Amino acid sequence: MEGFANQVLNTLLAIVVGVGGVVGLFLGMEFLIGFLPDRIQVKIRPWAYVGPLILILSFYLVYPTLNTIRLSFFDARSQNFVGLQNYVWTLTTKTMHVAFRNNLLWLVLLTTFSVGLGLVIAVLVNRVRYESVAKSIIFLPMVISFVGASVIWRFIYAFKPANVPQIGLLNGILTTVGQDPIGWLVDKATNNFSLIAVGIWLQTGFCMIVLSAALKGIPKEIIEAAQVDGASEWHVFRKIMIPMISSTIAVVGTTVVINVLKVFDIVFVLTGGNRDTEVMANRMYKEMFSFLNFGRASAIAVVLLMAIIPVMAVNIRRFQEQEATR
Amino acid sequence: MSNKLTKALSSLPVQLAVISICLIWSLPSVGLFISSFRPRNDVFATGWWTVFQHPFDFTQFQLANYVEVLTAQGMGQAFLNSLTIAIPATVIPIAVAAFAAYAFAWMEFPGRQVLFVIVVGLLVVPLQMTLIPLLRVYNKLGLSGTFLGVWLAHTGYGLPFAVYLLRNFFGGLPKDLFESAYLDGASPLTAFTRLALPLSVPSLASLAIFQFLWVWNDLLVALIYLGGTQQVAPMTLKLSAMVQSLGQNWHLLTAAAFVSMAMPLAIFFALQRYFVSGILAGSVKG
Repeated sequence: MEGFANQVLNTLLAIVVGVGGVVGLFLGMEFLIGFLPDRIQVKIRPWAYVGPLILILSFYLVYPTLNTIRLSFFDARSQNFVGLQNYVWTLTTKTMHVAFRNNLLWLVLLTTFSVGLGLVIAVLVNRVRYESVAKSIIFLPMVISFVGASVIWRFIYAFKPANVPQIGLLNGILTTVGQDPIGWLVDKATNNFSLIAVGIWLQTGFCMIVLSAALKGIPKEIIEAAQVDGASEWHVFRKIMIPMISSTIAVVGTTVVINVLKVFDIVFVLTGGNRDTEVMANRMYKEMFSFLNFGRASAIAVVLLMAIIPVMAVNIRRFQEQEATR
Repeated sequence: MSNKLTKALSSLPVQLAVISICLIWSLPSVGLFISSFRPRNDVFATGWWTVFQHPFDFTQFQLANYVEVLTAQGMGQAFLNSLTIAIPATVIPIAVAAFAAYAFAWMEFPGRQVLFVIVVGLLVVPLQMTLIPLLRVYNKLGLSGTFLGVWLAHTGYGLPFAVYLLRNFFGGLPKDLFESAYLDGASPLTAFTRLALPLSVPSLASLAIFQFLWVWNDLLVALIYLGGTQQVAPMTLKLSAMVQSLGQNWHLLTAAAFVSMAMPLAIFFALQRYFVSGILAGSVKG
């Protein structure tokens, strides 16, 4: 018990030091600036306000990014220059091909399903009275960690030999209807899809919430006018709703794409990338920590950056447009 | 009356669809929740859905899994570590970003536009790009395995988005507000803390929620910079290690997973309204 009290005390102390430190930093700088003549204060103060930002970003993003690009041209221990060798390895090895294929599979399936399902659910919940409850239930997986979600789904996929009772939900259903249980995460025919299903469960809520907000933004008169003119429900959905929220669909889609390209936790926890489930981010982690090959790990990171840049650029521009019209 | 009935009947397919989707979506979590209260042998022998055969037999549930997970398995310590990591890793980036965003929005200095564009440009950098060089520097400086190291790393990764969001918000505040404040003799710090910040509470709140959840749920950053140091491991790290070490001990894994989810769930239910407003903005985080 005393040990526990000590731990709580340490936690509080660490929080006070961390939070107090940053507040103290800014107040301290402001205090020092106060001693300067007014004319100089005006010139110095902006730099005191943006200074910490510039320092932190230089150290945590700019310097490491440039350094990773440099390291990608060096060997495993970063000692000898090897030219494009790491990139040749990245683009020609079988393991990397599996990783690229899987990232593509994730990209296509997860984006299609989470945006598509999100849209369908957004339209459906709009018509029931318990809309907010239904939305909360579907959104809930968004707030829990990928690790927590992985444990949940590892349990759903749990596999036992055919002659004993199943404890995993999916195999429980299969054996009840007289089928043989499947090793969802082990069987190469199903494991990638099993992982992607976890992603869909996590991401659909996000798509639904954003698309639902966009749908509610469509003026009622437009839809009513179409209905008066005899348009069917499907027609209204296809010819009015979809075109009117197309830019939101694009934002949601690109966001999911970026998340998918960086997917790591689900694969790391559920399969470790074994049995043909490798993805780029997990492979990078392995090259870095298991094989200590910093050249290859850096090259994979650079490839990842190249894949993300165009998508992110589109996303930021779209967001900028939306902010401008608000 | 008959009109109402036809209306109800025609909406029946929609109702059924919504209810079945909700059921499918919640089943995984329900299974986890129920299993976390069942004794080891039960979890191992039968599916969690069998509890519904005797729904009012509460002797089939127990709290022992939670007790073991929190004490013997170290989830209690990990919970405190998660708090120790997440609170400063939320406050520090928001404080740094707020001051900088205010300067970008309302102060004159050379290079203001260029700097802001660079900050926004950094949104594209996936954190994988930074791991190797930073870990090397951390090892040299002795920052790996320390809370300070993780706070600053999360600060670095969260800043571009936070600055971007707050700069847009501060920039949208009316100019007259600040001019009249300065005429009344307010200092820039007063204008910032007494005007800009209070007016931005909704933005700051959704930013804080997202940053907090992001840090709380993070595995990769903790994995890299805290590595194997058990005394400082947050719950995500602990849980992922338990998956490897406890394998089939589902009664413990399910309880541990639920402990790690408790905080995000509490935040979600308490602060739901800030989610929707922040979620679209959150879509551009790097």
